[in-house]
Amino acid sequence: MKLLQQLADRDRVFDFLVPAASPVDVRHGPILYLEDVTVSFDGFKAIDNLNLTIDDGELRCIIGPNGAGKTTMMDIITGKTCPDQGSVWFGSRHDLLTLNEPEIASLGIGRKFQKPTVFEALSVFENLELAMAADKRILPTLTARLSGEIRDRIDEVLATIGLGELRQRPAGILSHGQKQWLEIGMLLMQRPRLLLVDEPVAGMTEQEMERTAELLTGLAGEQSVVVVEHDMGFVRSIARTVTVLHQGSVLAEGTMDQVSSDPRVIEVYLGAEEEIA
Amino acid sequence: MHSSTSWLTRPFHERSTRLFLGVLLAALVLVTVLHVAVPQGHPLHVNAYTVNLFGKYLSYALLAVAVDLVWGYLGILSLGHGAFFALGGYAMGMYLMRQIGDRGVYGHPELPDFMVFLDWQSLPWYWAGFDMAWFAFLMVLLAPGALALVFGFLAFRSRVTGVYLSIITQALTFALMLAFFRNEMGFGGNNGLTDFREILGFNLRSDATRLGLFIASGVALALGYVLCRAIVGSKLGRVCVATRDAEARTRFLGYRVERVQLFVFVVSAMLAGLAGALYVPQVGIINPSEFSPLFSIEIVLWVALGGRATLYGAVIGAILVNYAKTVFTGVMPDAWLFALGGLFVLVTVLLPKGVAGLLAYRVQGRRRRHDEGTAGKEVSA
Repeated sequence: MKLLQQLADRDRVFDFLVPAASPVDVRHGPILYLEDVTVSFDGFKAIDNLNLTIDDGELRCIIGPNGAGKTTMMDIITGKTCPDQGSVWFGSRHDLLTLNEPEIASLGIGRKFQKPTVFEALSVFENLELAMAADKRILPTLTARLSGEIRDRIDEVLATIGLGELRQRPAGILSHGQKQWLEIGMLLMQRPRLLLVDEPVAGMTEQEMERTAELLTGLAGEQSVVVVEHDMGFVRSIARTVTVLHQGSVLAEGTMDQVSSDPRVIEVYLGAEEEIA
Repeated sequence: MHSSTSWLTRPFHERSTRLFLGVLLAALVLVTVLHVAVPQGHPLHVNAYTVNLFGKYLSYALLAVAVDLVWGYLGILSLGHGAFFALGGYAMGMYLMRQIGDRGVYGHPELPDFMVFLDWQSLPWYWAGFDMAWFAFLMVLLAPGALALVFGFLAFRSRVTGVYLSIITQALTFALMLAFFRNEMGFGGNNGLTDFREILGFNLRSDATRLGLFIASGVALALGYVLCRAIVGSKLGRVCVATRDAEARTRFLGYRVERVQLFVFVVSAMLAGLAGALYVPQVGIINPSEFSPLFSIEIVLWVALGGRATLYGAVIGAILVNYAKTVFTGVMPDAWLFALGGLFVLVTVLLPKGVAGLLAYRVQGRRRRHDEGTAGKEVSA
């Protein structure tokens, strides 16, 4: 019956004809959906029955003490770690557990690592060029030319991250904060649907933090952003919804005020209460 | 660097490549003129022996460029590139053996001498086709390419990198050396292939053929250099550098790192094979010692001495070290390895970026002084 209906819809491509790398289907709301995910390393459950839903265009902060499983969760979403059980869906069409890292990256999930890893020997411009969404097979990469369109896109991102002046300098000479922005810029070049940002302000100065907050809040809406962060002041300044992870599962979820008044959260953060309040 | 020209013509727009090609061309012309036009006995005459020696250096230089492509730009320290060099050499050697025809010591119409000696009745299947030049020359590229493809596919797919990969490449060339030492392999055992007479109908012992091989080596070096520059200067080249410095990060950007590695590794192996094929007719022999792990390490030393990740540094290193080797082994045969070791220590301590690093430093220094000079003029004006 459904098939007949689809056949009648002549302007639509049938689901079974859609290749795996098709656009993300977010008509049902969530862009990322983790259900009952469990991972253990040598018997230690790093992630324990985790359920998490991220809506399209949302800016979500994830906090939690060390060892709560934040980085492992990122690893699962990007395909670096395979969970023992559970399911992970990107939109309602893509089962991330069946895909490898490059496939997931090309679907539109970008990840910023805790430690900024930019290509130090290459210039700021070249870093962005490599990160750009493009045909990344061997021969197209070998014969790729730098068109005006690509230049414009790179210029646009350079302006967003505020590194236009340093475009031809090697990325190795950038300051810590500038490297973090360059990395965010590299993520933007991929035109991602979902950005995973791991501790963006670690080691940053006050001004750099403010600049980063502006950058991230400016990005939300067009893309969904998930930020893992320790710095409570920073989380408070950008977050609408906060998820607290503890021992591999969700402890609390809500606005910053709701979460920070939750007695269980306070208990987990015992001794760090002041930081929360 | 960011011009929108095609990847293959891009090198010709680079100053360094033009300079390199210019110097190479000048050297080829100079040696040819000094050999042909200057009469024998004149102090400036370059004799056939020296032309032959230079031809050998040029084939070594191409080999060094091939190693620099994978080591300098992709970070794969191959300690087994001698294997690809030797395979190309053996492919050429098989062709040269078949050219001997019935003029061998035993006068057999088809079988090379060593097979007659071993009492073989017919040519093994893998010797078929090597009497045809086009097939043999194709094999010069395909045999090392195929080995690199299979080896690289397995190694890179399993994400073997760094020192582990280096050790495996050593094992590869060592295993091949042991295999080629065996008479049953059908490649002449520890004597290898020798007693060559002709290449494409030209007498290998004539001076004109030697000069031709010298020029062919120079042209091959130029082509190999331009090809490597084209790869290195393309977006793929930047992906290589990215892979070298942060492999996991490159993978996260969506590049199939293992395929990039495989592609460049195979290209490099083919260039090494070509170098071997040019080397063999010039020295007149190919035997399993070319597979020796020490030789492969020596190639890496040339590149390190000349300067990594510049390509022209590899050429300088290969020529410099081999020239030094010729001189030293002539003067004090026993001291050569000490001299090589000493040279390596000196360069590592004094010139961490090799000879090429010194050149680049001088050029930059001059340019900076030049800039300061013009800036000063502007201020005073």
